[in-house]
Amino acid sequence: MAEVKIDSKVTVVALVENEPGVLNRIASLFRRRAFNIDSLTVGRTHRPHISRMTIRVDAGPEYARKIATNLQKLVNVIDVRVIDNEPHVERDLALIKVRNDDADSRNTITEICDRYPARIVDVGPKVAIIEMVGTEDIIEEFIEQVRPIGIVEMIRTGVVSMGRGTRIHDTNFINRRALVEAASKARSSNGHNV
Amino acid sequence: MVEEAMMKLKGSEIIMESLLREGVDVMFGYPGGAILPTYDAMSLYEERLHHVLVRHEQGASHMADGYARATGEVGVCIATSGPGATNLVTGLATAMMDSSPIVAITGQVPIPAIGSDAFQETDVTGVTLPITKHNYLVTDVRDLAYTIKEAFHIARTGRPGPVLVDVPKDVQNAETEFVWPEGDIVLPGYDPPWAAQTHEIDAALRLIAEAERPIILAGHGIIMSGAMNEVRELAERAQIPVSLTLLGKGAMPEDHPLVIGMMGMHGEASSNLAIQEADLLIALGMRFDDRVTGNLKTYAQNARKIHIDIDRSEINKNVKADVGIAGDLKTVLTQLLPKLEGKSHPAWIGRIRDWLEDSSERDILNYETPGILLTAQVVNDIWKLTGGDAITVTDVGQHQMLEAQYYPHQRPATLLTSGGLGTMGFGFPAAIGAKFGKPDEEIWAIVGDGGFQMTLCEMATAVQENVNVNIAIINNNFLGMVRQWQELFFEKRYQATPMVNPDFCKLADAYGIPNRCVTQRDEIEDAVRFAQGIDGPTLIEFVVEKEEMVYPMVPAGADLHDMKRRPKPGEA
Repeated sequence: MAEVKIDSKVTVVALVENEPGVLNRIASLFRRRAFNIDSLTVGRTHRPHISRMTIRVDAGPEYARKIATNLQKLVNVIDVRVIDNEPHVERDLALIKVRNDDADSRNTITEICDRYPARIVDVGPKVAIIEMVGTEDIIEEFIEQVRPIGIVEMIRTGVVSMGRGTRIHDTNFINRRALVEAASKARSSNGHNV
Repeated sequence: MVEEAMMKLKGSEIIMESLLREGVDVMFGYPGGAILPTYDAMSLYEERLHHVLVRHEQGASHMADGYARATGEVGVCIATSGPGATNLVTGLATAMMDSSPIVAITGQVPIPAIGSDAFQETDVTGVTLPITKHNYLVTDVRDLAYTIKEAFHIARTGRPGPVLVDVPKDVQNAETEFVWPEGDIVLPGYDPPWAAQTHEIDAALRLIAEAERPIILAGHGIIMSGAMNEVRELAERAQIPVSLTLLGKGAMPEDHPLVIGMMGMHGEASSNLAIQEADLLIALGMRFDDRVTGNLKTYAQNARKIHIDIDRSEINKNVKADVGIAGDLKTVLTQLLPKLEGKSHPAWIGRIRDWLEDSSERDILNYETPGILLTAQVVNDIWKLTGGDAITVTDVGQHQMLEAQYYPHQRPATLLTSGGLGTMGFGFPAAIGAKFGKPDEEIWAIVGDGGFQMTLCEMATAVQENVNVNIAIINNNFLGMVRQWQELFFEKRYQATPMVNPDFCKLADAYGIPNRCVTQRDEIEDAVRFAQGIDGPTLIEFVVEKEEMVYPMVPAGADLHDMKRRPKPGEA
């Protein structure tokens, strides 16, 4: 898709306390400050008390830093990094359900999937589900390829990112891990604070 | 306080014990169903923890705010669930905008009822999320003490602000061993900036050394950080004129020769012109609010900017900083001062003096105004009669700006006013709260007829507690500031600004508050002395000119130097 300028997107990675209501605080902040975001994903990390967010922003690094300094003010946000031009791995996952009700479409699907890091994970007499994992732009490209067959439904997880090599965005965690654990110990029962 | 070893207490008692351990001796509140267990526990603590019964929860939040602003300590307010808690909202938003540390404790419906639209249930943590620094819903009594300690820690550290703790009724009733968490609060995601890095200090020093027309923009952060001496030393050693924000008044004594007045929409022309001509702004604990910058595109275009603030997100938010330092002001200036070299800028200061002279020629106090009473005269006479040393608490509007112009403040935290949110109804209850924090100070609530009527029910609170607060109502039978805008920008269509008011003195009589009404300037002194002589609340109504204007004025969004000025006497 020509109008998607991947280059202009910046990624913000945030480590947050895994507590109820944290996502609400972050969503509320974005709404209140009128921050426009492209996608937001949250997932667990290897540490039970900490979740990791990847926020894609369709704007310059200056804007991303504004988001980062505001995110950092939230008490439940442990650390925030802006990934700008540094080398990193990013992945998006799409599940695409397409028409599969004639020989033509079946052939086309198989042929397209061979050319991309995509695979068919469910096949039925009428529709098939394709799973596609890759960078945002390659997924966009893939979607355009299968669109003529007839997309029935589609879901994408949004981008997750991780810096290459020793660009570890969990930097402070070594110092802070003790803090996080002490904090959750101090609260007699974990995760009761909203 | 109870002995700590293995003591089982109810949640309600834990709230009281925790407040005591945080050094609280007064709280402002209003009871109701979901907070009743906590009110019941108060009876055990009456002597050490005084509860002030307000007449509307908004008053409680403003009182806690006034207490906090006057003392620098955390103010506490308390309310029941649902409407009690939602009535706190305006006060919380006011405190949030002006970085005032308060802790609000609210009752909530019992945990099993949460989410069922129970009687007086409101999602208070949801409602207050964007207007608190942080908030909590405590769902386990074992978390209560730690949560309250955490709430106070968050409220008073870093950039201070309001924190709300919502406590369901069954948590207040549940029992557990009370253990006060000793030691520091541990919060992995909360680490306010403190000191500057050496290269930041060096960069700031370099800009100061190179500047020929520097100016310090002194904000509220100076007062909250306690950096008054450091700012003064910076200004004196490098001979830098100081312009104050509204909430920065008192950050430097206003009779200091380097202080050139308030900045912004109704600031001194000298300040605004100096900012526009400066080649260096040193912004200390202020946030470039639109009311101080005017049009950002033309704001201080010739100036490089040093911005020091404890809130990193303020730096580069509105105005791009050449040197931005996130840190505690007192700490950062203490790092900077030993390396600061003395300087002088006689030509620059001389230029500002000329502007100051021109301003004083236009001063309304120099005009002949026979037969009418002006707000500026009232404020200035109160200033004289209080020796310039009272704590004044204002409401919002013309009288607020005229207070800022005509009551010079010498000490920090002696002007308490809602700057960021501009909350009408703030002044009177905040003055009550301030009096509880500073019982030995003379307190004047200077309020307009509009704003006073928003929270005048607290007169009953003032009487019940015999709070020695003097209320000065500046009555022009108009919503004066709105009227001023209508005069200037809406061709005098006075839509919904004329006010038919009650007889304020009769109203005071009904509440049992001694009162006077003043219509002439020569009556002011008597009335003020009368109020000063009474140990308890008093009310003076000053009937002032109806269509007064506040000058200078930078119209909203206009360039900062594009001020509407009062003509000099003799000119038009």
